[in-house]
Amino acid sequence: MTEQETGSTGGEDAGAGLDARLALDRGAFRLDAALRARPGEVVAVLGPNGSGKSTALRALAGLESLAAGRIVLGGEDITTMPAERRPVGMVFQDYLLFGHLDALDNVAFGPRCQGAGRAEARARAAELLERMGLAEYANARPGALSGGQAQRVALARALAVRPRLLLLDEPLAALDVHARASVRSELRRRLADLDCATVLVTHDPLDAMVLADRITVLEAGAVVQEGPPGEVAQHPRTAYVARLVGLNLYRGHARGTRVAVAGAAQGEHAEVSLSERREGEVFVAFPPRSVALYRERPDGTPRNLWRLRIDGVERFGDQVRVHLDGDFPLLADITPEALAELELGGGVEVWAGVKATEVRCYPA
Amino acid sequence: MTRASPPSEAAGGRLRVRAGRFPWLLVVPALIGLAFLVLPFAGLLARAPWATLGTRLLLPEVRGALWLSLTTATAATAVAVVLGVPLAWLLARAEFPGRRVARALVTVPLVIPPVVGGVALLLALGRRGILGRHLDEWFGLTLPFTPVAVVIAQVFVAMPFLVISVEGALRGADRRYEEAAATLGASRAVVFRRVTLPMVGPGVLAGAVLAWARALGEFGATITFAGNFPGRTQTMPLAIYLAMQESPESAIVLSLVLLGVSLLILVALRDRWVGAV
Amino acid sequence: MDRRRAAAAAAGLLLAALAACAPVEEGGGPGGAQAQRTLTVFAAASLTEVFEELGERFERDRPDIRVEFNFAGSSDLANQIGEGAPADVFASADSRTMRAAADGGRTATDPAVFVRNTLRIAVPPDNPAGIESLSDLSDPGVKVALCAEEVPCGAAAAEALGAAGVNVTPVSRERDVKAALTKTELGEVDAALVYRTDVRASGEAEGIAFPEAKQAANDYSIAVLTGAEQTGPARAWMELVLSDESAEVFDDAGFTAV
Repeated sequence: MTEQETGSTGGEDAGAGLDARLALDRGAFRLDAALRARPGEVVAVLGPNGSGKSTALRALAGLESLAAGRIVLGGEDITTMPAERRPVGMVFQDYLLFGHLDALDNVAFGPRCQGAGRAEARARAAELLERMGLAEYANARPGALSGGQAQRVALARALAVRPRLLLLDEPLAALDVHARASVRSELRRRLADLDCATVLVTHDPLDAMVLADRITVLEAGAVVQEGPPGEVAQHPRTAYVARLVGLNLYRGHARGTRVAVAGAAQGEHAEVSLSERREGEVFVAFPPRSVALYRERPDGTPRNLWRLRIDGVERFGDQVRVHLDGDFPLLADITPEALAELELGGGVEVWAGVKATEVRCYPA
Repeated sequence: MTRASPPSEAAGGRLRVRAGRFPWLLVVPALIGLAFLVLPFAGLLARAPWATLGTRLLLPEVRGALWLSLTTATAATAVAVVLGVPLAWLLARAEFPGRRVARALVTVPLVIPPVVGGVALLLALGRRGILGRHLDEWFGLTLPFTPVAVVIAQVFVAMPFLVISVEGALRGADRRYEEAAATLGASRAVVFRRVTLPMVGPGVLAGAVLAWARALGEFGATITFAGNFPGRTQTMPLAIYLAMQESPESAIVLSLVLLGVSLLILVALRDRWVGAV
Repeated sequence: MDRRRAAAAAAGLLLAALAACAPVEEGGGPGGAQAQRTLTVFAAASLTEVFEELGERFERDRPDIRVEFNFAGSSDLANQIGEGAPADVFASADSRTMRAAADGGRTATDPAVFVRNTLRIAVPPDNPAGIESLSDLSDPGVKVALCAEEVPCGAAAAEALGAAGVNVTPVSRERDVKAALTKTELGEVDAALVYRTDVRASGEAEGIAFPEAKQAANDYSIAVLTGAEQTGPARAWMELVLSDESAEVFDDAGFTAV
């Protein structure tokens, strides 16, 4: 099968992809988010549970009505178009393959609904299954497929309708941990091959980083950050993203090389020192592994030093992650040996130090 | 098979985990319940004049009644499926004012005595009924005392079983499959036919079997609405009732014939259709 | 007009159905429950109104006794009695079913015929088919309901039609006389052969007498049953039914004296 058959348009003009503003109310919850995806681009909507990301996806598919906003796809306004007429393919979280049909007929379902004859639809389905490496499973019922295979059938089924927009709802959530890694990289290859716009929804930052060309972070129904994966990972703008990418993040006001962390008291302990000069509202971020802990106050070195209380300790890879609290919350990753030497325990007060050169600072 | 089985069988015999405490609390009421259902049947069997069973079966009236019962019950089931499945869909899926009332109305034929149902049918579809009057005036069509009336009476009492069964299945079905079909371009009618219906298939089948059984045993509404005329509207239950007036023995024979035939058909259907699923 | 009549017929049938289903109460009423004895009378359904009236009189004269009725088709009652139903008195609508009970050895006294019921042609109020005589019923365009031959009114109808030499193909053979009457009242049939008492009780259908009815009269007979718990009251009930005092009540209901 050639590439042109899966996507629709190859143009790079702004009107060709997805341009949507989605606004809808669900009781106390309100979703109001703008989403854009160019043809061939994979956009990940990343957000915690209840952030509205699945609702946004359902709205794009036509399974939810908007209260306001509009959805333009390939220059066509599809805001009020019923789901079955939208040029949109969707892969659901647990795939939702039809149990009474074999893999081939699952994939042929869409073309049949679009008016293709039985033989034609099956031929197209067979080609897609072959491309997914599932030719020998064409006659298998969904119950007989592994999670990864089922996902590929679901992807083939969604692509069989030649969508201009492909939607994936938590595409890896239904898989066990072992299958996830291989399926993730495989899915990345397949998505990269497509020339339709793709929007996927996930709560796993790794999925978003690996699969997407661009990430849109959704929190409580609103977009809080947007950008390429590297940019989002390097410069998180909310506590949620910072936690996902494993950074200590604070917002504050910079004056010279000192940043007063907002919300904390105007004392020495609420200040972060920088290695370069900055002015105005900024974010400061540093990784937990750059934090050193001491029982006694260390002498001399020009560094950030705070007196904090240990809140908890947990295993983190081959390190130990120490949760600290006091004037502000802070995570520190230290070695188990260091933990043993320091005889640290819950409730103990310690000194936490970070070199100024380890602290990233960027405008808020 | 033979190669693999000897070791596992040997192990299975000795090492099988023993069952826990015997669940008396469930088994005892279950057996009482079963006995309660089977005992009257045993009473019939004990009193049956087996010698005349064969000759009875060959009587043309008996064969006529049996044939009429089987054909009308099957026709009634078909009508109930054609009308009842969409009705169940409407009750389960559509949002409209008065839906709760509509759902309650569906169960009315279950609650009222079938004889009253038959009178109600006469008042609606009889020669002077609110609708039947016009059928007579415009088309010269009178329903009572015809096999069609038998089917109508049976549909009236049997369709609720189908509707309730299918509605339950629809409520239990995962609607997200229907959404998935919609994103693949399926219209609502196609979604119903190709996704919803296969999903609730077992429910439809169970409902159809219930409806068929109910239609086969239907007496009160039939005799009231369709009357009783051998060969035309006299179904087995009517023949049994009237035989009862003269000789209980022949009524027992007829009952056994009806029971035997219906069990045979249900078991055969079960093996053929339900077993395959 | 039509609708009201139909509704009345429907209501009547509903009441009849419910009455038939009503459970027989055990024991006496509140107060003096121990002292009161119960007389159980199994009687043909066509006797319902008359026997209930006689029952009230009986209880007035004998306060220590409560009369309970089981009204149903005579053959059903004979079957129940044959299966050992606890009844003291049996009043059947024809001599045939009474004979069945006697042959089964359940009668303690000789059955006595106490009243007679004759057939009438029942037609809807406006007599749409213009029925005048029994021979009109053989017209193929006339819809006729007869009782099934297995029940007394059907046997009587067959006898009457045979005597008249009239060949009738009914649209339905009804299970009892009330059902045949209901179909007439609703106008579903143009005519039915029912008892004179039923036409009298109906108030809807009209009755047409015919000479052959005499040849097919039903003799109602009554007998005390063996194993009766209340032999004395049972005999007293039988005497009341056969008395001149009751004749008037039977006459009002449309029965003919023997």
